[in-house]
Amino acid sequence: MTKEHANWSPYDFNGGTCVAVAGADYCVIAADTRMSTGYNILTRDYSKICKLAEKSVLASSGFQADVRALQKHLDARHLIYQHQHNKQMSCPAMAQLLSNTLYYKRFFPYYAFNVLGGLDNEGKGCVFTYDAVGSYEKVGYSSQGSGAKLIMPFLDNQLKSPSPLLIPAQDAVTPLSESEAIDLVRTAFASATERDIYTGDKLEILVLNKEGLRREYMELRLD
Amino acid sequence: MDPKNTSPLLVDDIQRTQYPYVTGTSVIGIKYKDGILIAADMGGSYGSTLRYKSVERLKGIGKHSLLGASGEISDFQELLRYLDDLILYDNMWDDGNSFGPKEVHNYLTRVMYNRRNKFNPLWNSLVLGGVKNGQKYLGTVNMIGVHYQDNHVATGFGNHLAVPILRDEWKEDLSFEDGVRLLEKCMRVLLYRDRSAVNKLQIAKITEEGGVTISPPYSLKTYWEFAAFKNPTAGAEGSW
Amino acid sequence: MTNGAFEVPAKGGFSFDNCKRNEMLLNKGLKAPGFLKTGTTIVGLVYQDGVILGADTRATEGPIVADKNCEKIHYMAPNIYCCGAGTAADTEAVTDMVSSQLKLHRYHTGRESRVITALTLLKSHLFRYQGHVSAALVLGGVDVSGPHLHTIYPHGSTDTLPFATMGSGSLAAMSVFESKYREGLTRDEGVKIVCEAIASGIFNDLGSGSNVDVCVITKGNVEYLRNHVQPNPRTYTSAKGYTFSKPTEVLSTKVTALAQRAVVTERGDAMEEE
Repeated sequence: MTKEHANWSPYDFNGGTCVAVAGADYCVIAADTRMSTGYNILTRDYSKICKLAEKSVLASSGFQADVRALQKHLDARHLIYQHQHNKQMSCPAMAQLLSNTLYYKRFFPYYAFNVLGGLDNEGKGCVFTYDAVGSYEKVGYSSQGSGAKLIMPFLDNQLKSPSPLLIPAQDAVTPLSESEAIDLVRTAFASATERDIYTGDKLEILVLNKEGLRREYMELRLD
Repeated sequence: MDPKNTSPLLVDDIQRTQYPYVTGTSVIGIKYKDGILIAADMGGSYGSTLRYKSVERLKGIGKHSLLGASGEISDFQELLRYLDDLILYDNMWDDGNSFGPKEVHNYLTRVMYNRRNKFNPLWNSLVLGGVKNGQKYLGTVNMIGVHYQDNHVATGFGNHLAVPILRDEWKEDLSFEDGVRLLEKCMRVLLYRDRSAVNKLQIAKITEEGGVTISPPYSLKTYWEFAAFKNPTAGAEGSW
Repeated sequence: MTNGAFEVPAKGGFSFDNCKRNEMLLNKGLKAPGFLKTGTTIVGLVYQDGVILGADTRATEGPIVADKNCEKIHYMAPNIYCCGAGTAADTEAVTDMVSSQLKLHRYHTGRESRVITALTLLKSHLFRYQGHVSAALVLGGVDVSGPHLHTIYPHGSTDTLPFATMGSGSLAAMSVFESKYREGLTRDEGVKIVCEAIASGIFNDLGSGSNVDVCVITKGNVEYLRNHVQPNPRTYTSAKGYTFSKPTEVLSTKVTALAQRAVVTERGDAMEEE
């Protein structure tokens, strides 16, 4: 046989962009629904957003098989938590769990880029942003994935958050109203889709507030 | 097994599929009015040699599912043994429940992902279709565990050549005849443009009532009569 | 002085002066900069009265869209056009170069250029550079001997075909041609199939996108249909718009005037004019 071995890699990159914005009494979590490999679109309708608990929602891009394994693992851990404590896990607790879960695989990482959005115990919006091996930070807004480098500067410009060096600590939540935040997210994705080839098809937006969880969709460019 | 060899990072003396030997090319699947249709040709390539010409790559799994495979044929046949065990074990409960396509697909994704975690992948891309309780199901999974569902799916070269056609022409509630015609159109393009495709294929169907039916092997009509094909040098006279 | 004792200045072609140095830097771990690639769908077909070429309009730089509406159908001669895929600079340069050679040839002969001439010039150039000039082309035109369509690969091999596709979207486009092309198409049927093939590349291949350019070449006439189809409008624009009103503070301002033209007075014995 000829020696043209198809070499295999345990990782792939399936594209996609995630954004989360925290407000005083809401949190917006959004991601596109395109799943791709190389220059191919595998499917135009794959949700990257996963509701982990009543008040925490995870959006992840990267390697889909790892992302799904991570989501299943967190789901299972949350089920055990509910059995042991008879309550839903809080968003900050979920944030720590996610960090530990990622770091546990430090030397064979989950190739997943996460933003966790939710409401804290006071009902205030909170966003946590991660790298693939579990380093995380609480922020007012964040973006991860292939379009992050396009979206992040726009968010920085529009939602300038107070320096984390300030003492006493300033609140990181954005000053926008809920509808303004959604409008901002829509614009950010429409723009990212113009210039990032891995982002597109459809935008899925989850809004978490005191009424509960709302889900809406918006069309994006299909090319 | 020797305990010192259980770590996935020690690659000493365990045999692993690091490259495929005998492979099958694309599989394509679609939803239609009454269920799922899946098509695959019967070639088994040994590198670039067309070594086998009657490889069955479509199989029924349990009562409600249909599986098509591209990639390493031996890994697929091994997988069929796992699935036989799974279905048999499920039957032994005799509790009136049975595995549906969703469960089988989920099982496949976990097997594929676990094997990739052990650096010992099953070298396949799989298409799993089925119907249960009036719900049509069509999904796919590849050798590293990437998986999704859609109204139409394809593996390998089919992703490049068949999916564009399916995205244009697939619609909800295709009749059986239209579904077969659509699949044949895709298989014909693959036959023209995929060097490992052969003109001997099977189409399998699964419905709620009828269960699994796999067609006998047959071939497609092809057209090679374009004038430019007949005397290719005539078109570039004066050059070399 | 015929034995080459003098260094004659180079007449043209590429400079390879830095090749050795670059190889050394590469071995030391320097990453070479990426170039603008037109991850592309380009196609062409022969129909009853001539040739139709088509192209998408996206140019990419890695995962980023560098140009949303570029032109990939290049002029070669009044009766010949050429679609280019690969490195933008290479497709541009190679088509311009051959185009100018064709024009000179027309001045010499006073005759219309032939497609085969363009083909031969292109392939000779590409073969000489062994694939390093990364241009993948679809060449089409109508000359004295009728309509012609060719593909040219970066290494210099060529094909003569009734329908052709190139670029990262070539398979998506080919799936349309393989299922819809037939001989003796009318102009409108041809344009429709070309548009469908390009659209297939635009929607199924991430390297291709935006609009469809078409070029219809017949005996004695060319219709260049720039942005013939525009299937990808922006999907959302905020009603209120956004301002970016946090300008960097100006700390100080200093204007330096442009230098005045200096008047040079010549001293000594200037040459006398008679």
